Amino acid sequence: MRWLWIDRILALEPGRRLVACKTVSLSEPHLHQHFPADANNPALPIVPGPLVIEGMAQAGGLLAGHARGFVDDVVLAKLRRVELDFEVLPSATIEFDATLANIDDSGASVDGTVRVHDPAWDGPRDMGRVDLMFAHVPPQREGLHVADAFGTLVSASVHAGGLSTEAFSI
Amino acid sequence: MTRDEIQSKVQDVLAEVLGIDEDEVTPRATLTGDLGAESIDFLDIVFRLEQAFDVKIEQGELFPENLQQDPEYVNDGALTEAGLHALRAKLPHAEIDRIEDDPRLARVGEIFTVDAIVSFVERKLGAAA
Repeated sequence: MRWLWIDRILALEPGRRLVACKTVSLSEPHLHQHFPADANNPALPIVPGPLVIEGMAQAGGLLAGHARGFVDDVVLAKLRRVELDFEVLPSATIEFDATLANIDDSGASVDGTVRVHDPAWDGPRDMGRVDLMFAHVPPQREGLHVADAFGTLVSASVHAGGLSTEAFSI
Repeated sequence: MTRDEIQSKVQDVLAEVLGIDEDEVTPRATLTGDLGAESIDFLDIVFRLEQAFDVKIEQGELFPENLQQDPEYVNDGALTEAGLHALRAKLPHAEIDRIEDDPRLARVGEIFTVDAIVSFVERKLGAAA
């Protein structure tokens, strides 16, 4: 993982489930391209669907990697099912609730529920599902290693409180 | 479970994994040539068969594993006699005869028909009973 698109891990049940979240900010440059104003329409900054998938891929990939002590790199290999029912606007928080369905030496499958908390709403709403498959490949040492990014996330998540370091022990 | 019942569930699994209509999943269809399966789909098929039939399928049990890396089994991009023999021994459900005359590695996917998957599950459930 060379970049993080999740801000915090909210829960980790090793080998079973990981919940992470991402708060969307209008300062993210891509939102100004998706979609800019044109002659007929005002700007509409909404999160591109592939980034929602990316968030689940990061949450699910960390869950799968953690389950095997990060001995392999975990590479997104297939979108099994993607159903996203509405758009996400800046200031909303997207929650990625990933459950490990299968895992072996070759790869893993993760079933994911996407939930959105928008300050304009009374409560969270289920946005849809992102079910993914990952392949396990020999670790590539170039660039950021998945465990490094995981470490940063763990530090931030523990610092935020409510999570013990024991849950993250590998 | 009868073979028809197994076939029906296998059809469901393959249609779901490969994103195709169930009526395309005919018994003689090959997974790669006719149904468009790619390498990651084979792992997906294993995972979904495990769930659908509540069995554990070990690596290399349904589909071949690490075949290309063994020089005894592969020579010049094609399976050797020993390679074909090993496949028959390890994967009795696969239809090795389909590639015997031209056993290039690129054709190995053709040994897996829908029927072959049904036979694998049938044997697996029979062994578990």
